[in-house]
Amino acid sequence: MNRQLNRLAVVAVVLLTALIVATTYWQAWAAGDLKAKQDNAIQRVVQFTIARGLIYGADGKTVFAANKKKKTGTNTLFFRRYPNKGLAAQTIGYSTVSRSQTGLEESMNDFLTGSNTNLSNAFHNLLNKLGRATIKGDNLQLTIRPKVQRLAQQLLGNRCGAVVAMSPRTGAVYVMASSPTYDPNEVDQPGGYARILHIRGACDGASALYDRATQGLFTPGSTFKIVTAAAALDTGAFTPNSGFTDPGYCTEYGQKVFNSGNPDQGGHEVFGHLNLLSGFQHSVNSVFCNIGMKLGAKTLVDYAKRFGFYKVPPLETPANERLPSGTYDQKTHRLTDDASKMDPGRLAFGQWTMEATPLQMAMVAATVANDGVVPRPYIVQKITGPDGSTIKKTSPRTLGRAIKPETAAELTQMMEAVVTGGTGTAAQIPGIKVAGKTGTAETGDGHYYTAWFDCFAPADDPQVAVAVVLEKQLNGFGGSVSAPIAKQVIEALLAR
Amino acid sequence: MVGILTGLGFASVYIADKSRISGGSLGYAVFFFALYIAAHLIARYAVPLADPYVLPIAALLTAIGLTEIYRLGPTDAFRQGTWVVIGVVVFALALFFLRRDYRTLENYKYLWGLGAIALLFMPLLPGLGETINGARLWVHVGGYQFQPGELGKIALIIFLAGYLREKREVLAAGRLKDWGPLLVIWGAAMLVLFATDDLGSALLYYGIFLAMLYAATARITFVAVGLGLFLAGAVAVYQGTPHVRERVANWLHPWTTTKVLCATNGQLTYRQECASYQEVQSLYSIGHGGFGGTGLGAGTFQNASGGQIIPALKTDFIYSALAQELGLIGAAGLLLVYMVFTLRGFRISLFAGDGFSKLLAAGLTFGFALQTFIIVGGILRVIPLTGITLPLVSYGGSSIISNFLLLAGLMLVSNRANAELQGGLR
Repeated sequence: MNRQLNRLAVVAVVLLTALIVATTYWQAWAAGDLKAKQDNAIQRVVQFTIARGLIYGADGKTVFAANKKKKTGTNTLFFRRYPNKGLAAQTIGYSTVSRSQTGLEESMNDFLTGSNTNLSNAFHNLLNKLGRATIKGDNLQLTIRPKVQRLAQQLLGNRCGAVVAMSPRTGAVYVMASSPTYDPNEVDQPGGYARILHIRGACDGASALYDRATQGLFTPGSTFKIVTAAAALDTGAFTPNSGFTDPGYCTEYGQKVFNSGNPDQGGHEVFGHLNLLSGFQHSVNSVFCNIGMKLGAKTLVDYAKRFGFYKVPPLETPANERLPSGTYDQKTHRLTDDASKMDPGRLAFGQWTMEATPLQMAMVAATVANDGVVPRPYIVQKITGPDGSTIKKTSPRTLGRAIKPETAAELTQMMEAVVTGGTGTAAQIPGIKVAGKTGTAETGDGHYYTAWFDCFAPADDPQVAVAVVLEKQLNGFGGSVSAPIAKQVIEALLAR
Repeated sequence: MVGILTGLGFASVYIADKSRISGGSLGYAVFFFALYIAAHLIARYAVPLADPYVLPIAALLTAIGLTEIYRLGPTDAFRQGTWVVIGVVVFALALFFLRRDYRTLENYKYLWGLGAIALLFMPLLPGLGETINGARLWVHVGGYQFQPGELGKIALIIFLAGYLREKREVLAAGRLKDWGPLLVIWGAAMLVLFATDDLGSALLYYGIFLAMLYAATARITFVAVGLGLFLAGAVAVYQGTPHVRERVANWLHPWTTTKVLCATNGQLTYRQECASYQEVQSLYSIGHGGFGGTGLGAGTFQNASGGQIIPALKTDFIYSALAQELGLIGAAGLLLVYMVFTLRGFRISLFAGDGFSKLLAAGLTFGFALQTFIIVGGILRVIPLTGITLPLVSYGGSSIISNFLLLAGLMLVSNRANAELQGGLR
């Protein structure tokens, strides 16, 4: 009988060995796949056993994202709380029980959970894990100025639009407000997400979850004349004194392109003889139409690229929450830089198929302010460990030179003229020289306009660059509705 | 060896204690150690020549189980501890009464056969039986639930050992008449098991039956025919029982990308969120353990609102809990302990002097290994999942008692075999 018994023993050993092989498969080979499964209830809990790092404003006091502790059984769980509710909600994002994350909560997750940290903190985390103490993530300190951010949000109110303010010298983003906004605390509430999706604001446009500051593509209209003027001056083809004759239209492809499409001109339809500076000051379309035709679409596109167009602007938020500015194919809605198919005259005054984000337009103003060098925008000032040690500090960088310093100086004078006696007088601040450019783009819907103001101040020593956009303004122009917002934001930023 | 293994068990209990600051927890370790010493002394007295490895290995497995159950719920650990005490008492009684000659059991083989069937039938009796998790295999007496099938397994093995020892030659010759009692008892057992929807046990009993039949007759054709019959039966059951169809679907496709009908709430959901939820979450638990595990007491078994993620975690799914906390190293180690126990069991069977002893030891050992394979293999998606306990580790009184009886059986057989070898008997 022993032969049979030996064989049975072999069978039993084979069965048990199969179990070891299968365990190895699930724990070593397939572990990553299992972890990534959406319905993994364990991972849903595990992510909350880590005390996520806090997100602070530039003042180091205002907390955008905090934790609330909850004890369940053997675990202490940490859930996100957003004390400032809708303030910079689209930038901060959220981290929820259902595991979905957005904004900095998503892109900075590795730091916030302490899984991407320096050696000493990694060692502490290991000890904490072994000792079953709570793992603490790294804290973020943003460049956002909470008070001004709040002011910008209030100024936008229920209107759809965005405000972006940044330092032209460093690229630090002071304000990044998108309206309408939402309360990230609601995402995890029953029915909360559906409620958020229904927030529409006065424009009845895209959802509140959408970050208009970085994802919103708007026709830049006359604010794009900054780029056109930069190309005109920088190439040496024109000077601020170059003369033009404005008959009320410019002739392109044998057809008349009328100025009347531009409500910024404040009723004046025909300017007659004028130079580039006053054409810029009063935003005369025919002047820029002629410049565009002289320079060609290719040159305009090249200069736009120098300012950062056609690329996703760098920032610490998730890459899919930022969009590149540039000319978009109207059918496929894809970015295309094929200048051969463009209308240079209309492109020159920011119509045609040009679309830009508020962040990109802030970068344009900042570049002029920064003597022609594009500052690299950033929003995370500093990352600190749970013990307060600095893990990473952002040092200002640039995206290269867009225009010569002389061109920047000439453009500054022209932009100052817009505020002192042109279309942007509403942005005047006593004692502070403001340089700006208005923009009012047709939406194709009667008297509704996209109203822009793109500026920096003080013009003689630039500290802040601001871009304001308001969507679907009924008879509201860049100079009348957006410039006052920019003015208050500049005042608040320079006040401290 | 004994000391190291017990020390390991003790240490594992102690480590778990530290995760939860509680004065009483250390008491468990001391108590368990004392209990082990007691069992050891009883064994030394009653069966001095028995295999020295099986008791410490069983103690280690029991300690691992008790530790994990304590970690999952301290009140359950107290009940389990009580069952272990009862198990040790039953173990001691079995050794005492049968230490002279357990082979007298063989004389009552038909009684064991009938006893096995009676035990298997018990849950079907109205008023006494209870259906839990879709299988009717529980008996409710007073405040206690009991799974008589666990003891039925031991009784069936004793019957088969006795009957097959007596009839092995004639069975091998293939005379139909001699198959009668065997087929009747086996058929009844299968019938009862399918009536109770307890597929895991059906598979286990059938596997033990085929293994012992093969050991006794050396006829591989019997095994082939038996397996063929089983497959035919399985297909029939698959066609006829929605419960079984669901299990197979969960096994083959636990994750669906389209929504399917969920039987429990009648709505369309993904299968992983309905029928295969338990299996899938159990795999997540194992996967979360990774190579080194989360550490005892540091695993995650509750969702954010404090509810238990995996149902039946401390009974059928205790392997998923252990694999998460101990990791691949610990889980593979645990399986190796089962393997060592199995190999010792077969060694005992090989050295046994008579056919009844050989068949008894082999049946008990193969049953032990097969039961481990059925539940752990089910959890790991090697085979379809059927609910059954992990021997000595899972929470459950009936399982503990039956496995201590199994241990007693192996020790009695090895004691006799070694005595015969030393005394020059035969």
